[in-house]
Amino acid sequence: MIRTAWLVLKKDLTVEVRSLEIAYTTLFFAVSCVLFFAFALVKEGKAPEDGAAGILWIAIAFGGTLALGRTFERERQSETLRALLMAPAARPAIYVGKLLGIVALLVAAEIILVPLVAFLFQAPLLSHPFWLGAVLLTGTLGFATVGTLFSAMLVRARSRDVLLPVLLYPITVPVIIAGVRATAALLQPDVELALVRFWVALLIALDVVFVTLALWTFEPLMTD
Amino acid sequence: MRTLVLLLLLSFSLSFATVLAQQPEQQPPKQTDEFVPISQLPAQDQLPAAPLLVTAYAFVWVVLFAYVVSVSRRLTRVQHEVERLESDIAKRA
Amino acid sequence: MPKWFVPLAAVTALMFAASPFLIANAPYEATMGLVQKIFYYHLPSAWVFLLSAIVCGIASARFLFGGSPRQDRLAYAAAELTVLFGAIVLVTGPLWARKAWGVWWQWDVRLTSSLMGWMVAWAYLLVRKYGGPGSDKLAAGLALFGMANVPFVYISVNYWRTIHPATSVVPTLPVDMGVALWFAVACFLLLFVLLLRLRVYLEEQRARLDTLYLSLDE
Repeated sequence: MIRTAWLVLKKDLTVEVRSLEIAYTTLFFAVSCVLFFAFALVKEGKAPEDGAAGILWIAIAFGGTLALGRTFERERQSETLRALLMAPAARPAIYVGKLLGIVALLVAAEIILVPLVAFLFQAPLLSHPFWLGAVLLTGTLGFATVGTLFSAMLVRARSRDVLLPVLLYPITVPVIIAGVRATAALLQPDVELALVRFWVALLIALDVVFVTLALWTFEPLMTD
Repeated sequence: MRTLVLLLLLSFSLSFATVLAQQPEQQPPKQTDEFVPISQLPAQDQLPAAPLLVTAYAFVWVVLFAYVVSVSRRLTRVQHEVERLESDIAKRA
Repeated sequence: MPKWFVPLAAVTALMFAASPFLIANAPYEATMGLVQKIFYYHLPSAWVFLLSAIVCGIASARFLFGGSPRQDRLAYAAAELTVLFGAIVLVTGPLWARKAWGVWWQWDVRLTSSLMGWMVAWAYLLVRKYGGPGSDKLAAGLALFGMANVPFVYISVNYWRTIHPATSVVPTLPVDMGVALWFAVACFLLLFVLLLRLRVYLEEQRARLDTLYLSLDE
Protein backbone atom coordinates (compact mmCIF):
# COMPACT_ATOMS: atom_id res chain seq x y z
CA MET A 1 0.00 0.00 0.00
CA ILE A 2 2.67 2.49 1.04
CA ARG A 3 4.77 1.45 -1.92
CA THR A 4 1.89 2.23 -4.29
CA ALA A 5 1.41 5.66 -2.74
CA TRP A 6 5.13 6.31 -2.98
CA LEU A 7 5.18 5.26 -6.65
CA VAL A 8 2.27 7.54 -7.50
CA LEU A 9 3.95 10.41 -5.67
CA LYS A 10 7.25 9.79 -7.46
CA LYS A 11 5.48 9.72 -10.80
CA ASP A 12 3.76 13.03 -10.13
CA LEU A 13 6.94 14.69 -8.91
CA THR A 14 8.93 13.41 -11.90
CA VAL A 15 6.37 14.70 -14.37
CA GLU A 16 6.17 18.01 -12.59
CA VAL A 17 9.92 18.54 -12.26
CA ARG A 18 10.32 18.16 -16.02
CA SER A 19 8.47 21.37 -16.81
CA LEU A 20 7.68 22.90 -13.41
CA GLU A 21 4.66 24.39 -15.15
CA ILE A 22 2.19 23.95 -12.30
CA ALA A 23 4.72 24.98 -9.66
CA TYR A 24 5.60 28.26 -11.36
CA THR A 25 2.05 29.22 -12.32
CA THR A 26 0.66 28.41 -8.86
CA LEU A 27 3.43 30.34 -7.16
CA PHE A 28 2.98 33.35 -9.41
CA PHE A 29 -0.78 33.30 -8.88
CA ALA A 30 -0.39 33.08 -5.09
CA VAL A 31 2.09 35.95 -5.08
CA SER A 32 -0.25 38.09 -7.19
CA CYS A 33 -3.04 37.29 -4.73
CA VAL A 34 -0.93 38.55 -1.86
CA LEU A 35 -0.05 41.71 -3.78
CA PHE A 36 -3.68 42.33 -4.72
CA PHE A 37 -4.76 42.10 -1.11
CA ALA A 38 -1.86 44.29 -0.10
CA PHE A 39 -3.00 47.00 -2.52
CA ALA A 40 -6.62 46.65 -1.52
CA LEU A 41 -6.27 46.57 2.25
CA VAL A 42 -3.17 48.53 3.19
CA LYS A 43 -3.97 52.05 4.29
CA GLU A 44 -1.21 54.65 4.74
CA GLY A 45 1.39 51.95 4.66
CA LYS A 46 -0.18 49.88 7.45
CA ALA A 47 -1.90 46.56 7.03
CA PRO A 48 -5.08 45.77 8.99
CA GLU A 49 -4.75 43.77 12.21
CA ASP A 50 -4.48 40.03 11.56
CA GLY A 51 -4.23 41.02 7.90
CA ALA A 52 -1.08 39.03 7.32
CA ALA A 53 -2.59 35.79 8.65
CA GLY A 54 -5.78 36.12 6.61
CA ILE A 55 -4.01 37.10 3.41
CA LEU A 56 -1.52 34.24 3.71
CA TRP A 57 -4.28 31.67 4.03
CA ILE A 58 -6.37 33.17 1.22
CA ALA A 59 -3.34 32.99 -1.06
CA ILE A 60 -2.81 29.34 -0.05
CA ALA A 61 -6.48 28.52 -0.67
CA PHE A 62 -6.70 30.24 -4.07
CA GLY A 63 -3.29 28.97 -5.20
CA GLY A 64 -4.21 25.50 -4.01
CA THR A 65 -7.45 25.53 -6.00
CA LEU A 66 -5.52 26.48 -9.12
CA ALA A 67 -2.90 23.77 -8.50
CA LEU A 68 -5.60 21.14 -7.96
CA GLY A 69 -7.40 22.10 -11.14
CA ARG A 70 -4.22 22.04 -13.21
CA THR A 71 -2.93 18.78 -11.79
CA PHE A 72 -6.08 16.87 -12.54
CA GLU A 73 -6.52 18.56 -15.92
CA ARG A 74 -3.14 17.13 -16.82
CA GLU A 75 -4.36 13.70 -15.72
CA ARG A 76 -7.51 14.07 -17.73
CA GLN A 77 -5.72 15.07 -20.91
CA SER A 78 -3.45 12.04 -20.92
CA GLU A 79 -6.18 9.80 -19.55
CA THR A 80 -3.69 8.62 -16.96
CA LEU A 81 -6.27 8.64 -14.19
CA ARG A 82 -8.26 5.89 -15.84
CA ALA A 83 -5.06 3.93 -16.37
CA LEU A 84 -4.17 4.38 -12.71
CA LEU A 85 -7.58 3.19 -11.63
CA MET A 86 -7.37 0.14 -13.86
CA ALA A 87 -4.02 -0.84 -12.38
CA PRO A 88 -4.16 -3.55 -9.70
CA ALA A 89 -3.40 -1.07 -6.98
CA ALA A 90 -5.42 -0.28 -3.89
CA ARG A 91 -7.54 2.80 -4.61
CA PRO A 92 -6.85 4.50 -1.28
CA ALA A 93 -3.13 4.20 -2.01
CA ILE A 94 -3.59 6.06 -5.29
CA TYR A 95 -5.49 8.75 -3.43
CA VAL A 96 -2.75 9.09 -0.81
CA GLY A 97 -0.10 9.35 -3.51
CA LYS A 98 -1.92 12.16 -5.28
CA LEU A 99 -2.64 13.88 -1.97
CA LEU A 100 1.03 13.89 -1.00
CA GLY A 101 1.92 15.34 -4.39
CA ILE A 102 -0.48 18.24 -3.91
CA VAL A 103 0.72 18.82 -0.34
CA ALA A 104 4.34 18.90 -1.56
CA LEU A 105 3.41 21.47 -4.21
CA LEU A 106 1.57 23.67 -1.72
CA VAL A 107 4.36 23.43 0.87
CA ALA A 108 6.83 24.53 -1.79
CA ALA A 109 4.61 27.54 -2.53
CA GLU A 110 4.30 28.33 1.19
CA ILE A 111 8.07 28.37 1.59
CA ILE A 112 8.08 31.38 -0.74
CA LEU A 113 4.80 32.92 0.45
CA VAL A 114 5.55 33.07 4.19
CA PRO A 115 8.68 35.25 3.94
CA LEU A 116 6.92 37.38 1.30
CA VAL A 117 3.91 38.03 3.52
CA ALA A 118 6.17 38.64 6.51
CA PHE A 119 8.14 41.16 4.47
CA LEU A 120 5.16 42.98 2.94
CA PHE A 121 3.14 43.22 6.14
CA GLN A 122 5.98 43.55 8.64
CA ALA A 123 4.58 40.56 10.47
CA PRO A 124 6.81 38.48 12.75
CA LEU A 125 5.74 35.29 11.01
CA LEU A 126 9.09 33.62 11.53
CA SER A 127 9.31 34.11 15.30
CA HIS A 128 7.94 30.66 16.17
CA PRO A 129 8.96 28.55 13.18
CA PHE A 130 8.05 25.18 14.71
CA TRP A 131 4.48 26.20 15.54
CA LEU A 132 4.02 28.05 12.26
CA GLY A 133 5.21 24.95 10.45
CA ALA A 134 2.75 22.79 12.41
CA VAL A 135 -0.13 25.15 11.63
CA LEU A 136 0.72 25.38 7.94
CA LEU A 137 1.24 21.64 7.58
CA THR A 138 -1.99 20.58 9.29
CA GLY A 139 -4.00 23.29 7.57
CA THR A 140 -2.57 22.54 4.13
CA LEU A 141 -3.19 18.84 4.68
CA GLY A 142 -6.83 19.48 5.58
CA PHE A 143 -7.38 21.69 2.56
CA ALA A 144 -5.54 19.33 0.18
CA THR A 145 -7.39 16.25 1.47
CA VAL A 146 -10.80 17.57 0.52
CA GLY A 147 -9.42 19.25 -2.59
CA THR A 148 -7.77 16.12 -3.99
CA LEU A 149 -10.92 14.08 -3.41
CA PHE A 150 -13.22 16.55 -5.11
CA SER A 151 -10.82 17.28 -7.99
CA ALA A 152 -10.46 13.58 -8.72
CA MET A 153 -14.25 13.22 -8.71
CA LEU A 154 -14.69 16.24 -10.96
CA VAL A 155 -12.31 14.99 -13.68
CA ARG A 156 -15.17 13.60 -15.73
CA ALA A 157 -17.80 16.20 -14.81
CA ARG A 158 -19.00 19.21 -16.74
CA SER A 159 -18.12 22.75 -15.60
CA ARG A 160 -15.38 21.24 -13.47
CA ASP A 161 -13.40 24.47 -13.11
CA VAL A 162 -16.32 26.33 -11.62
CA LEU A 163 -17.56 23.44 -9.54
CA LEU A 164 -14.30 22.83 -7.69
CA PRO A 165 -14.48 26.06 -5.66
CA VAL A 166 -18.24 25.58 -5.21
CA LEU A 167 -17.62 22.18 -3.63
CA LEU A 168 -14.34 22.90 -1.90
CA TYR A 169 -14.75 26.24 -0.16
CA PRO A 170 -17.77 25.58 2.07
CA ILE A 171 -16.25 22.33 3.36
CA THR A 172 -12.82 23.81 4.04
CA VAL A 173 -14.17 26.85 5.93
CA PRO A 174 -13.32 25.30 9.35
CA VAL A 175 -9.77 24.54 8.19
CA ILE A 176 -9.24 28.08 6.93
CA ILE A 177 -10.74 29.62 10.06
CA ALA A 178 -8.55 27.50 12.33
CA GLY A 179 -5.47 28.18 10.21
CA VAL A 180 -6.01 31.94 10.19
CA ARG A 181 -6.76 32.12 13.91
CA ALA A 182 -3.72 30.01 14.77
CA THR A 183 -1.44 32.11 12.53
CA ALA A 184 -2.91 35.32 13.92
CA ALA A 185 -2.29 34.06 17.47
CA LEU A 186 1.34 33.42 16.52
CA LEU A 187 1.67 37.00 15.26
CA GLN A 188 0.67 38.62 18.55
CA PRO A 189 3.47 40.44 20.41
CA ASP A 190 3.07 38.10 23.41
CA VAL A 191 2.16 34.74 21.99
CA GLU A 192 -0.28 32.56 23.92
CA LEU A 193 1.01 29.12 23.10
CA ALA A 194 -2.02 27.47 24.72
CA LEU A 195 -4.29 29.16 22.18
CA VAL A 196 -2.08 28.11 19.29
CA ARG A 197 -2.03 24.55 20.65
CA PHE A 198 -5.83 24.57 20.76
CA TRP A 199 -6.17 25.59 17.14
CA VAL A 200 -3.53 23.08 16.01
CA ALA A 201 -5.40 20.36 17.93
CA LEU A 202 -8.61 21.37 16.14
CA LEU A 203 -6.78 21.26 12.79
CA ILE A 204 -5.48 17.77 13.56
CA ALA A 205 -9.01 16.63 14.47
CA LEU A 206 -10.35 18.07 11.20
CA ASP A 207 -7.55 16.38 9.27
CA VAL A 208 -8.38 13.02 10.84
CA VAL A 209 -12.08 13.37 9.98
CA PHE A 210 -11.42 14.52 6.42
CA VAL A 211 -8.75 11.90 5.65
CA THR A 212 -10.97 9.14 7.03
CA LEU A 213 -13.99 10.29 5.01
CA ALA A 214 -11.85 10.69 1.89
CA LEU A 215 -10.26 7.25 2.14
CA TRP A 216 -13.66 5.71 2.79
CA THR A 217 -15.42 7.36 -0.15
CA PHE A 218 -12.63 7.47 -2.77
CA GLU A 219 -13.31 3.99 -4.10
CA PRO A 220 -17.10 4.27 -4.68
CA LEU A 221 -16.72 7.82 -5.99
CA MET A 222 -14.20 6.86 -8.65
CA THR A 223 -16.02 3.80 -9.97
CA ASP A 224 -18.49 4.36 -12.74
CA MET B 1 -46.09 34.65 -12.27
CA ARG B 2 -47.27 33.62 -8.81
CA THR B 3 -43.70 33.08 -7.65
CA LEU B 4 -42.77 36.54 -8.87
CA VAL B 5 -45.63 38.15 -6.96
CA LEU B 6 -44.70 36.24 -3.84
CA LEU B 7 -41.04 37.27 -4.16
CA LEU B 8 -42.08 40.92 -4.56
CA LEU B 9 -44.29 40.70 -1.47
CA LEU B 10 -41.44 39.16 0.47
CA SER B 11 -38.86 41.77 -0.48
CA PHE B 12 -41.35 44.55 0.23
CA SER B 13 -42.13 43.28 3.72
CA LEU B 14 -38.44 42.74 4.50
CA SER B 15 -37.49 46.26 3.45
CA PHE B 16 -40.49 47.66 5.33
CA ALA B 17 -39.34 45.90 8.47
CA THR B 18 -35.76 47.09 8.03
CA VAL B 19 -36.94 50.68 7.67
CA LEU B 20 -39.11 50.40 10.74
CA ALA B 21 -36.29 48.88 12.75
CA GLN B 22 -34.10 51.91 12.13
CA GLN B 23 -36.18 54.53 13.88
CA PRO B 24 -34.23 57.48 15.21
CA GLU B 25 -32.88 56.93 18.70
CA GLN B 26 -34.76 58.59 21.53
CA GLN B 27 -33.08 61.03 23.83
CA PRO B 28 -30.90 59.14 26.29
CA PRO B 29 -32.00 59.41 29.94
CA LYS B 30 -30.30 62.10 31.98
CA GLN B 31 -28.45 59.85 34.39
CA THR B 32 -26.62 57.89 31.72
CA ASP B 33 -24.00 56.70 34.18
CA GLU B 34 -26.61 54.85 36.21
CA PHE B 35 -25.93 51.16 36.51
CA VAL B 36 -27.80 49.23 33.79
CA PRO B 37 -28.26 45.54 34.51
CA ILE B 38 -26.72 43.26 31.88
CA SER B 39 -30.12 41.77 31.13
CA GLN B 40 -31.26 45.08 29.69
CA LEU B 41 -29.36 45.70 26.48
CA PRO B 42 -29.64 49.31 25.33
CA ALA B 43 -30.92 48.36 21.86
CA GLN B 44 -34.12 47.08 23.44
CA ASP B 45 -35.33 50.53 24.39
CA GLN B 46 -35.21 51.77 20.87
CA LEU B 47 -36.34 48.93 18.64
CA PRO B 48 -39.99 48.00 18.30
CA ALA B 49 -40.30 44.23 18.28
CA ALA B 50 -43.52 43.86 16.32
CA PRO B 51 -42.18 44.51 12.79
CA LEU B 52 -39.36 42.01 13.36
CA LEU B 53 -41.75 39.37 14.67
CA VAL B 54 -44.24 39.89 11.87
CA THR B 55 -41.52 39.78 9.22
CA ALA B 56 -40.09 36.57 10.67
CA TYR B 57 -43.42 34.73 10.62
CA ALA B 58 -44.37 36.21 7.26
CA PHE B 59 -41.08 35.01 5.81
CA VAL B 60 -41.66 31.47 7.07
CA TRP B 61 -45.16 31.30 5.61
CA VAL B 62 -44.19 32.86 2.29
CA VAL B 63 -41.11 30.69 1.78
CA LEU B 64 -42.96 27.48 2.62
CA PHE B 65 -45.85 28.43 0.38
CA ALA B 66 -43.48 29.36 -2.46
CA TYR B 67 -41.73 26.00 -2.15
CA VAL B 68 -44.96 24.01 -2.27
CA VAL B 69 -46.02 26.03 -5.33
CA SER B 70 -42.64 25.37 -6.98
CA VAL B 71 -42.80 21.62 -6.37
CA SER B 72 -46.38 21.34 -7.58
CA ARG B 73 -45.59 23.26 -10.76
CA ARG B 74 -42.62 21.02 -11.54
CA LEU B 75 -44.78 18.00 -10.75
CA THR B 76 -47.61 18.98 -13.11
CA ARG B 77 -45.09 19.70 -15.85
CA VAL B 78 -43.50 16.26 -15.49
CA GLN B 79 -46.85 14.53 -15.21
CA HIS B 80 -48.11 16.14 -18.44
CA GLU B 81 -44.93 15.04 -20.16
CA VAL B 82 -45.38 11.49 -18.85
CA GLU B 83 -48.98 11.38 -20.06
CA ARG B 84 -47.97 12.68 -23.47
CA LEU B 85 -45.23 10.07 -23.83
CA GLU B 86 -47.44 7.24 -22.64
CA SER B 87 -50.11 8.12 -25.18
CA ASP B 88 -47.41 8.32 -27.89
CA ILE B 89 -46.11 4.87 -26.97
CA ALA B 90 -49.66 3.46 -26.85
CA LYS B 91 -50.32 4.90 -30.31
CA ARG B 92 -47.24 3.26 -31.74
CA ALA B 93 -47.92 -0.10 -30.17
CA MET C 1 -51.16 13.63 -6.61
CA PRO C 2 -50.57 10.54 -4.50
CA LYS C 3 -53.25 9.36 -2.07
CA TRP C 4 -51.49 10.27 1.17
CA PHE C 5 -50.89 13.88 0.15
CA VAL C 6 -54.20 15.56 0.88
CA PRO C 7 -54.85 14.04 4.36
CA LEU C 8 -51.27 14.68 5.51
CA ALA C 9 -51.31 18.20 4.10
CA ALA C 10 -54.64 18.91 5.79
CA VAL C 11 -53.40 17.75 9.19
CA THR C 12 -50.18 19.76 8.84
CA ALA C 13 -52.04 22.88 7.73
CA LEU C 14 -54.50 22.66 10.63
CA MET C 15 -51.70 22.23 13.14
CA PHE C 16 -49.86 25.19 11.68
CA ALA C 17 -53.02 27.26 11.85
CA ALA C 18 -53.36 26.37 15.54
CA SER C 19 -49.76 27.14 16.42
CA PRO C 20 -49.99 30.97 16.52
CA PHE C 21 -52.69 30.70 19.21
CA LEU C 22 -50.48 28.52 21.38
CA ILE C 23 -47.55 30.84 20.75
CA ALA C 24 -49.56 33.92 21.66
CA ASN C 25 -50.68 32.24 24.89
CA ALA C 26 -47.14 31.40 25.94
CA PRO C 27 -45.73 33.73 28.57
CA TYR C 28 -43.40 36.56 27.65
CA GLU C 29 -39.73 35.93 28.20
CA ALA C 30 -38.33 38.16 30.93
CA THR C 31 -35.65 40.10 29.07
CA MET C 32 -36.60 39.93 25.40
CA GLY C 33 -40.36 40.36 25.48
CA LEU C 34 -42.34 40.03 22.28
CA VAL C 35 -39.47 39.38 19.89
CA GLN C 36 -38.59 36.14 21.69
CA LYS C 37 -41.70 34.57 20.15
CA ILE C 38 -39.71 34.11 16.95
CA PHE C 39 -38.08 31.27 18.93
CA TYR C 40 -41.12 29.01 18.45
CA TYR C 41 -40.50 28.81 14.69
CA HIS C 42 -36.75 29.44 14.69
CA LEU C 43 -35.79 26.45 16.84
CA PRO C 44 -37.97 23.79 15.14
CA SER C 45 -36.80 24.91 11.71
CA ALA C 46 -33.19 24.69 12.94
CA TRP C 47 -33.81 21.11 14.11
CA VAL C 48 -35.42 20.22 10.79
CA PHE C 49 -32.50 21.87 8.96
CA LEU C 50 -30.03 19.64 10.81
CA LEU C 51 -32.27 16.57 10.49
CA SER C 52 -32.56 17.14 6.77
CA ALA C 53 -28.77 17.37 6.44
CA ILE C 54 -28.45 14.06 8.29
CA VAL C 55 -31.10 12.38 6.11
CA CYS C 56 -29.27 13.64 3.03
CA GLY C 57 -25.95 12.32 4.36
CA ILE C 58 -27.24 8.87 5.26
CA ALA C 59 -29.09 8.52 1.95
CA SER C 60 -25.94 9.63 0.13
CA ALA C 61 -23.81 7.06 1.95
CA ARG C 62 -26.32 4.32 1.12
CA PHE C 63 -26.38 5.46 -2.50
CA LEU C 64 -22.58 5.57 -2.76
CA PHE C 65 -22.04 2.16 -1.21
CA GLY C 66 -25.22 0.42 -2.35
CA GLY C 67 -26.02 2.11 -5.64
CA SER C 68 -29.75 2.27 -4.97
CA PRO C 69 -31.38 5.03 -7.08
CA ARG C 70 -34.13 5.35 -4.46
CA GLN C 71 -31.54 6.57 -1.95
CA ASP C 72 -30.23 9.02 -4.52
CA ARG C 73 -33.72 10.50 -4.98
CA LEU C 74 -34.11 10.76 -1.22
CA ALA C 75 -30.76 12.51 -0.89
CA TYR C 76 -31.65 15.05 -3.59
CA ALA C 77 -34.99 15.82 -1.92
CA ALA C 78 -33.40 16.13 1.52
CA ALA C 79 -30.74 18.51 0.18
CA GLU C 80 -33.43 20.80 -1.24
CA LEU C 81 -35.22 20.80 2.11
CA THR C 82 -31.94 21.53 3.90
CA VAL C 83 -31.63 24.69 1.81
CA LEU C 84 -35.28 25.59 2.48
CA PHE C 85 -35.25 25.17 6.25
CA GLY C 86 -31.74 26.58 6.50
CA ALA C 87 -33.00 29.73 4.80
CA ILE C 88 -35.78 29.97 7.39
CA VAL C 89 -33.30 29.61 10.26
CA LEU C 90 -30.84 32.09 8.79
CA VAL C 91 -33.53 34.75 8.28
CA THR C 92 -35.59 34.35 11.48
CA GLY C 93 -32.41 34.22 13.57
CA PRO C 94 -30.99 37.60 12.53
CA LEU C 95 -34.46 39.20 12.75
CA TRP C 96 -34.56 38.08 16.38
CA ALA C 97 -30.90 38.93 16.95
CA ARG C 98 -31.34 42.51 15.75
CA LYS C 99 -33.42 43.21 18.83
CA ALA C 100 -31.98 40.72 21.29
CA TRP C 101 -28.27 41.22 20.61
CA GLY C 102 -28.30 44.57 18.83
CA VAL C 103 -26.62 43.18 15.71
CA TRP C 104 -27.98 41.35 12.68
CA TRP C 105 -25.09 38.90 12.56
CA GLN C 106 -22.04 37.77 14.54
CA TRP C 107 -19.29 35.48 13.37
CA ASP C 108 -19.59 33.11 16.30
CA VAL C 109 -19.24 29.33 15.96
CA ARG C 110 -22.91 28.42 15.82
CA LEU C 111 -23.82 30.99 13.16
CA THR C 112 -20.70 30.45 11.05
CA SER C 113 -20.99 26.66 11.01
CA SER C 114 -24.73 26.84 10.24
CA LEU C 115 -24.07 29.16 7.32
CA MET C 116 -21.35 26.80 6.13
CA GLY C 117 -23.69 23.80 6.33
CA TRP C 118 -26.30 25.73 4.38
CA MET C 119 -23.77 26.56 1.66
CA VAL C 120 -22.78 22.91 1.40
CA ALA C 121 -26.45 22.10 0.72
CA TRP C 122 -26.54 24.83 -1.96
CA ALA C 123 -23.37 23.38 -3.48
CA TYR C 124 -25.11 19.98 -3.59
CA LEU C 125 -27.98 21.44 -5.60
CA LEU C 126 -25.62 23.28 -7.95
CA VAL C 127 -23.59 20.13 -8.59
CA ARG C 128 -26.72 18.09 -9.31
CA LYS C 129 -28.01 20.70 -11.71
CA TYR C 130 -24.82 21.65 -13.59
CA GLY C 131 -22.39 18.82 -12.99
CA GLY C 132 -23.34 16.65 -15.93
CA PRO C 133 -22.81 12.87 -15.85
CA GLY C 134 -21.57 11.43 -12.61
CA SER C 135 -22.80 14.42 -10.64
CA ASP C 136 -25.04 12.24 -8.47
CA LYS C 137 -22.03 10.49 -6.93
CA LEU C 138 -20.11 13.75 -6.64
CA ALA C 139 -22.94 15.37 -4.76
CA ALA C 140 -23.29 12.29 -2.57
CA GLY C 141 -19.64 12.62 -1.53
CA LEU C 142 -20.23 16.27 -0.74
CA ALA C 143 -23.31 15.45 1.35
CA LEU C 144 -21.23 13.12 3.52
CA PHE C 145 -18.90 15.94 4.42
CA GLY C 146 -21.90 18.16 5.06
CA MET C 147 -23.35 15.60 7.44
CA ALA C 148 -20.07 15.53 9.38
CA ASN C 149 -20.67 19.22 10.07
CA VAL C 150 -24.05 18.68 11.76
CA PRO C 151 -22.93 17.40 15.21
CA PHE C 152 -20.41 20.22 15.27
CA VAL C 153 -23.13 22.82 14.67
CA TYR C 154 -25.21 21.38 17.51
CA ILE C 155 -22.55 21.04 20.23
CA SER C 156 -20.46 24.06 19.24
CA VAL C 157 -22.60 26.36 21.30
CA ASN C 158 -21.95 24.32 24.46
CA TYR C 159 -18.16 24.29 24.20
CA TRP C 160 -17.38 27.74 22.85
CA ARG C 161 -18.19 31.11 24.32
CA THR C 162 -20.84 32.28 21.87
CA ILE C 163 -23.50 34.95 21.78
CA HIS C 164 -26.03 32.28 20.75
CA PRO C 165 -27.90 30.55 23.64
CA ALA C 166 -26.70 27.07 24.64
CA THR C 167 -28.63 23.84 24.16
CA SER C 168 -29.47 23.76 27.87
CA VAL C 169 -32.19 26.34 27.28
CA VAL C 170 -34.70 23.87 25.85
CA PRO C 171 -34.88 21.29 28.68
CA THR C 172 -35.21 24.07 31.25
CA LEU C 173 -38.11 25.92 29.64
CA PRO C 174 -41.20 26.66 31.75
CA VAL C 175 -44.16 24.42 30.92
CA ASP C 176 -46.30 26.98 29.10
CA MET C 177 -43.44 27.83 26.77
CA GLY C 178 -42.64 24.15 26.41
CA VAL C 179 -46.15 23.36 25.17
CA ALA C 180 -45.98 25.97 22.41
CA LEU C 181 -42.49 24.88 21.45
CA TRP C 182 -43.12 21.14 21.24
CA PHE C 183 -46.33 21.72 19.32
CA ALA C 184 -44.36 23.81 16.82
CA VAL C 185 -41.72 21.06 16.66
CA ALA C 186 -44.44 18.55 15.82
CA CYS C 187 -45.78 20.89 13.12
CA PHE C 188 -42.38 21.27 11.52
CA LEU C 189 -41.62 17.55 11.67
CA LEU C 190 -44.93 16.75 9.98
CA LEU C 191 -44.21 19.43 7.40
CA PHE C 192 -40.76 17.95 6.81
CA VAL C 193 -42.18 14.48 6.23
CA LEU C 194 -44.85 15.92 3.92
CA LEU C 195 -42.42 17.98 1.84
CA LEU C 196 -39.84 15.20 1.71
CA ARG C 197 -42.34 12.65 0.43
CA LEU C 198 -43.72 15.16 -2.06
CA ARG C 199 -40.28 15.99 -3.40
CA VAL C 200 -39.28 12.31 -3.61
CA TYR C 201 -42.51 11.72 -5.54
CA LEU C 202 -41.42 14.41 -8.02
CA GLU C 203 -38.06 12.66 -8.46
CA GLU C 204 -39.80 9.33 -8.97
CA GLN C 205 -41.97 10.86 -11.69
CA ARG C 206 -38.86 12.28 -13.34
CA ALA C 207 -37.21 8.86 -13.25
CA ARG C 208 -40.36 7.40 -14.82
CA LEU C 209 -40.13 10.04 -17.53
CA ASP C 210 -36.51 9.07 -18.20
CA THR C 211 -37.37 5.39 -18.58
CA LEU C 212 -40.21 6.33 -20.92
CA TYR C 213 -37.85 8.37 -23.08
CA LEU C 214 -35.40 5.48 -23.11
CA SER C 215 -38.07 2.99 -24.15
CA LEU C 216 -39.17 5.40 -26.87
CA ASP C 217 -35.69 5.39 -28.36
CA GLU C 218 -35.63 1.63 -28.71
